[in-house]
Amino acid sequence: MVRFILRRLLQMVLAFFGTTLIVYALMFAGQGDPIQALAGERPVTEAQRAYLTEKFHLDRTGIDGFFYRYFDYIRNLLQGDLGESLTGRQIGDILAAAWPVTIKLALIAMAVTVLVGVTAGVLAGVRRASIFDNSTLLLTLVVLAVPTIVLAPIAQYLLGVRWQLFPPTAGADPDFYSLLLPGIVLGSLSLATALRLTRTAVAENLRADYVRTARSKGLVKRRIVGIHVLRNSLIPVVTFLGVELGNLMGGAIITEGVFNIPGVGFNLFRAIRTEDGPLVVGIVSVLVVVYLIANLVVDVLYAVLDPRIRYE
Amino acid sequence: MSDFETVAASEDPHARRGPSGEPNAPNQIGGTSVTPGRPRSLAGDAWRDLRRKPIFWISSALVLVVTAMAAVPALFTTADPADCLLSRQHAGPSGGAIFGYDFQGCNTYARAVYGARASLLVGALSALLTGLIALTVGMLAGYFGRWIDAVLSRVIDIVLGIPLLLAAIVLLKRVASDSATIRIAAVIFVLAVLGWTTTARVVRSSVITAKEQDYVSAARMLGASNSRIMWRHILPNTLAPAIVVLTIALGSFIAAEATLSFLGIGLKEPTISWGIDINNGRVHMRESATPLMVPSTFLALTVLAFIMLGDAIRDAFDPKLR
Repeated sequence: MVRFILRRLLQMVLAFFGTTLIVYALMFAGQGDPIQALAGERPVTEAQRAYLTEKFHLDRTGIDGFFYRYFDYIRNLLQGDLGESLTGRQIGDILAAAWPVTIKLALIAMAVTVLVGVTAGVLAGVRRASIFDNSTLLLTLVVLAVPTIVLAPIAQYLLGVRWQLFPPTAGADPDFYSLLLPGIVLGSLSLATALRLTRTAVAENLRADYVRTARSKGLVKRRIVGIHVLRNSLIPVVTFLGVELGNLMGGAIITEGVFNIPGVGFNLFRAIRTEDGPLVVGIVSVLVVVYLIANLVVDVLYAVLDPRIRYE
Repeated sequence: MSDFETVAASEDPHARRGPSGEPNAPNQIGGTSVTPGRPRSLAGDAWRDLRRKPIFWISSALVLVVTAMAAVPALFTTADPADCLLSRQHAGPSGGAIFGYDFQGCNTYARAVYGARASLLVGALSALLTGLIALTVGMLAGYFGRWIDAVLSRVIDIVLGIPLLLAAIVLLKRVASDSATIRIAAVIFVLAVLGWTTTARVVRSSVITAKEQDYVSAARMLGASNSRIMWRHILPNTLAPAIVVLTIALGSFIAAEATLSFLGIGLKEPTISWGIDINNGRVHMRESATPLMVPSTFLALTVLAFIMLGDAIRDAFDPKLR
């Protein structure tokens, strides 16, 4: 177990350096004259040039200088200093204001996934090959195939604008009700996967020996399904939900953009629109770290939850 | 073979022709004309299974229609998608425009029809490129094993750990050119570079299974070189699972392209893309919703068709699900 965690941690560190190196190289390397780019059309005096060269360590050239500046960026990143956006705001401040909203939205989406997905999945698994099972399978296939850029605007139009059941957009300080529709849209994708996972696991476990034992002991079916089968079937679902929570934190770019929710994804959406390079790199770097950590936690959780699985 | 399958086989018209002394083309692809006495191949069984599924036929028909639309859009509409007049802004349906006109006064239906080309081009070419990368990496890792496998598997792990949308945003922001060809090539390249890992894992595991088979040992004993064994003996056995995964991947690549174009970093005007049109329609949906609904429906149906097709083929090829 310890060996597995160590190996997994090493892998994560590799992935972290790999990804940040790519992000950094793409955004900042080989840009021509960065000082002139910063100044725009205006001429740069010798003194300014010397000051900026020293400030950004541009006196080192070649591959050596590139890695020097890359590790400088990593050091700042690890210290939580993400730099400034083109509009002059601290990227750290922008993210600090955006996180609570994104987390609220992710939790709503997660609640929708668990309540609807797991319940329907258990029902479909118990009544395998029934009408209910087949229709949920087809429905989840449709939900899985419809991209968010279709689902979000159409839900916003039909439920928000046409029938006015939900507020069509959320404002600066969104309440629970205005986050409900975006949460359902965001959760529907993971809902479909969670439903399919639960269904397969329940259907598989219903054939297991321990279920036959429980049945021959005379236990009622509700207890067999509710206690014995459910507990064993939820292992893959829990791990999936863990990965999904990491995805929801950052994957809400489209949903937050469409519904105008001032979360992390919305800021990234706007930064792409306004060509704010430093802000894009800052947010993407943080999101990649969140994603990697979520994956690590889930993998470890998987090994803890299911002792049958050995990672050696 | 179960009773049910024996009954099914005796009902097969091709199978009945066998005993009358006409072993018609035993090498025919698909295996439907295999004579009794020879066991049916996996592909033959899968085909018999597929033929009975309505989902398979519906999704194949949709794929055919969209492909025809991409190849010859003039078959579906005589209108010119670039013919936009502001005086027709949000005008209702008429003879040449069954879904009316959008905010810029362009024919909504014509634009949706012409949008199929960019989507399918990006989807098909990135799936092809993905297939090439995945087959090469998976074959090398699976066949040679040892340190090559260790290194390549770690590379797969790392690339798999990179979130696709975020990485695509960073990569595509770097492409400054507005030329249509360069942007399409960039999107294809980015999707393939980030999306090959799942297929490579599938190929690797089927190569590992295939290389332990007797026919590979036989070929090696007869003095076949590594490249001949890989090319002639192992590759044909890994193609089927890879193609199934790639069909599903094609659908998700089309969705990814639309998402990137929607965000404004994938394809750009004047290339016609469903993602761009959905974003434009979204902004003006309070005035008129059809410019949003039409490209959305086209995109959703196309993605759905490819994913359903891949899903049906995978179910047919997976004997455990029978």
